[in-house]
Amino acid sequence: MGDVVLKMEGIDKSFPGVRALANAQFELRAGEVHALVGENGAGKSTLMKILAGIYSKDTGTILYQGQEVEIPSPRAAQHLGISMIHQELNLMPHLTLAQNVFVGREPRQALPFMLDENKINEQTRQLFESMHLRLDPRTKAADLTVAKQQMVEIAKALSFNSQVLIMDEPTAALTESEIEELFRIIRQFRDRGVGIVYISHRLEELKQISDRITVMRDGHYVDTVDAATVTIDRIISMMVGRTIFESAPEVPEHPDDEIVLEARNLNRGTAIKDVSFTLKRGEILGFAGLMGAGRTEVARAIFGADPLDSGEIYINGKKADIASPRDAVRYGIGYLSEDRKRYGLALGLDVEANIALASFRQFTGMLGVVNDGKTAKTAHRYVDALSIKTPGIEQRVRNLSGGNQQKVVIGKWLTADTDILIFDEPTRGIDVGAKSEIYKLLNELAHQGKSIIMISSELPEILRMSHRIVVMCEGRITGELAAGEATQEGIMRFATQRSVMLAMGEDVPSNGQTAEQG
Amino acid sequence: MATAETTLVTPKRSIWQSSAAQKLLAFAALIVIFLVFSFLSPYFATPENIVGILLATAVNGVLALGVTFIIITAGIDLSVGTVMTLSAVMTGLAITIYGLPIPVGIVVGILTGTTAGLINGLVISRMRIPPFIATLGMMMIARGLALVLSTIETGTVKPIYFNDTPEFRQLTMLSFLDPIIKPIAPTFSVPNAVFIMFGAALVAAFILGKTVLGRYTVAIGSNEEATRLSGVNVANWKTAVYALGGVFSGLAGVMIASRLNSAQPALGVGYELDAIAAVVIGGTSLSGGEGTILGTIIGAFIISTLTNGLRIMNVPQEWQFVVTGVIVILAVYLDILRRRRS
Repeated sequence: MGDVVLKMEGIDKSFPGVRALANAQFELRAGEVHALVGENGAGKSTLMKILAGIYSKDTGTILYQGQEVEIPSPRAAQHLGISMIHQELNLMPHLTLAQNVFVGREPRQALPFMLDENKINEQTRQLFESMHLRLDPRTKAADLTVAKQQMVEIAKALSFNSQVLIMDEPTAALTESEIEELFRIIRQFRDRGVGIVYISHRLEELKQISDRITVMRDGHYVDTVDAATVTIDRIISMMVGRTIFESAPEVPEHPDDEIVLEARNLNRGTAIKDVSFTLKRGEILGFAGLMGAGRTEVARAIFGADPLDSGEIYINGKKADIASPRDAVRYGIGYLSEDRKRYGLALGLDVEANIALASFRQFTGMLGVVNDGKTAKTAHRYVDALSIKTPGIEQRVRNLSGGNQQKVVIGKWLTADTDILIFDEPTRGIDVGAKSEIYKLLNELAHQGKSIIMISSELPEILRMSHRIVVMCEGRITGELAAGEATQEGIMRFATQRSVMLAMGEDVPSNGQTAEQG
Repeated sequence: MATAETTLVTPKRSIWQSSAAQKLLAFAALIVIFLVFSFLSPYFATPENIVGILLATAVNGVLALGVTFIIITAGIDLSVGTVMTLSAVMTGLAITIYGLPIPVGIVVGILTGTTAGLINGLVISRMRIPPFIATLGMMMIARGLALVLSTIETGTVKPIYFNDTPEFRQLTMLSFLDPIIKPIAPTFSVPNAVFIMFGAALVAAFILGKTVLGRYTVAIGSNEEATRLSGVNVANWKTAVYALGGVFSGLAGVMIASRLNSAQPALGVGYELDAIAAVVIGGTSLSGGEGTILGTIIGAFIISTLTNGLRIMNVPQEWQFVVTGVIVILAVYLDILRRRRS
């Protein structure tokens, strides 16, 4: 680790109605990977966006290479040598990689308004080469995988000769092998003396990649610790301000024996192959498997979102004919999609409208007029019951945190009077504190007699929550485990039980914390 | 990892998925339309009629060039038609009432369009009014101003004729090739207006493909926020794009005034829709980031060829609108089908 390259002190930042940062501080040395962690809303991204010139601070000082600086714009940050890679990918899909890398500072030809395409292609080629990236600078960005696009963003950031590189959740959309590749490049630049700020929710990663860890909570600085010596439990307790034992599984209660949903021999192309299972009243049935195992496809088929080639679904012992989500809702099935923002919520509408969205018929009087009083009452009831943190029911859902958005979706399906709830990755992108609240809520729902299918790629979550666990691989159900007998290793064994491997014998990964691959 | 391998990853795109496909499709459609009309009517594929089609395309083609840039930024410009008219009226005032030389009149016309475009750009980027509303406002403002200005001479709304300056009409309606062609084919002449359109298209293609303005036009349409975060002053460049649209509207105004030998203050409404249709038929995506000048020119030709062919077939004008409308929807639907496959 080298000298201190950056020091932020006494940073305050308020947005209308919210104090995002209060006396926040941060220090970065040259040649270190410094992780910045905290729950959603802790102020990590805000602090870094101030550094990158996207937000302006209210008060406080930024010392960069020993001098106090003002950073009024992204361009000013770039000139200083500070680059940020954002959570959402920020490439122009219609431009080539070279054009993307040089956008905003294109080399010109003799005439100052004319672009020099050969030059940017050549310089980008050299840049990729120095990173050992095998990419053609003339490829359109749209043609790359998310992981490769991310590499290009890093290349772009570093082509500014950045001394400080900020990465906001860089691994959120990557597979494990892609994460390895990313870490390789991060280490490469760390060794060249670049200071790297690494924001992530995946605490397991931090020990792998970072040198120091700074924890933030509610806009405040908590502490900076040495990554080599700190434990994950300690980081979590600093993040939430209390000690929570994430690893201790709760003993699930034994459910009813009454079968509420039965799937028989479901088939859909290559995505779903001969899938049969049962769901009991008051049960949480975990669906485990690697990404692409067909779990979401099964959920969507049961919900009527995709057509089945063959197979039957029985609800409460009677054959159900589900051709559309509308039918599914009529049978009392609710589906909470893994991508809440795209499929689960109308972000521009308020909490009240979202909660009523799936069941307007209940609230509609004669002539199709919506009874506002009734929707407001229902919304208030669920805001209280689910302890949704919102200033009021007229708050737009866009402005809520991920965990609270998820609760609004849950409220929506409870309003729609559903007995069977399918949760697809219910805690993805949700911070630790909100996660345990969601868990509590799922347990309560099951206790009240709702039946829950929970799809999750996080094995600890599956193990902790489920009464029974169904494991899928390549469209098939490869195993079923009772809560007591399931282990991470056991699940991974079934999750990797490809049809080829069945013949060859088993191939078990040694210790998979999460099952997110390919 | 660090092997000296030199193979580059170049993902494959089928020709069907490339944006060249839409151009190819549009071009094929143009040929088919042409062949069908040639077959149906002996008067269609004559040199005189083809020149007529070329001439009929010129003004809309030039308007559509500016609209192409604007639509590539994921914007829209509804004002190009009436701004064109306002420019024509300004040129008319300059030359006939104030007696300024013709080149000055032309510059006045083009500057009028540029100013209107610049104002569009400022309203959109500084006041953050959505392009649809901003340019709808400008459409009405320009229309009103064109009518008001036409009353300067006589106190009533009336066209301004260029009868004292026959050179102005000759600018677009004569052909600079006449000295060469006349001896060979005395009746055949391709008016300058056609060449002005092609010249303007070449300039537009150059700007789009080779200059910073063109690059940022595509970048903004592709991902505006990312472009901003790359340190590009998006507001300024967007303003420049609308101003460029205004340049082409101004040029179209001068061309139509010259062609009609008059500035018609009531003209212009509806031209913006033909221009947008040409751009869309030519494969420019309304969601931004994608589009070509060649496609737009082909799109403009498809519209004028259809209109011309239907007229020759004695199809009433009312039905010509219907056909053009159907073609626009079909063109966009084909584009959607193409995207769905990728």
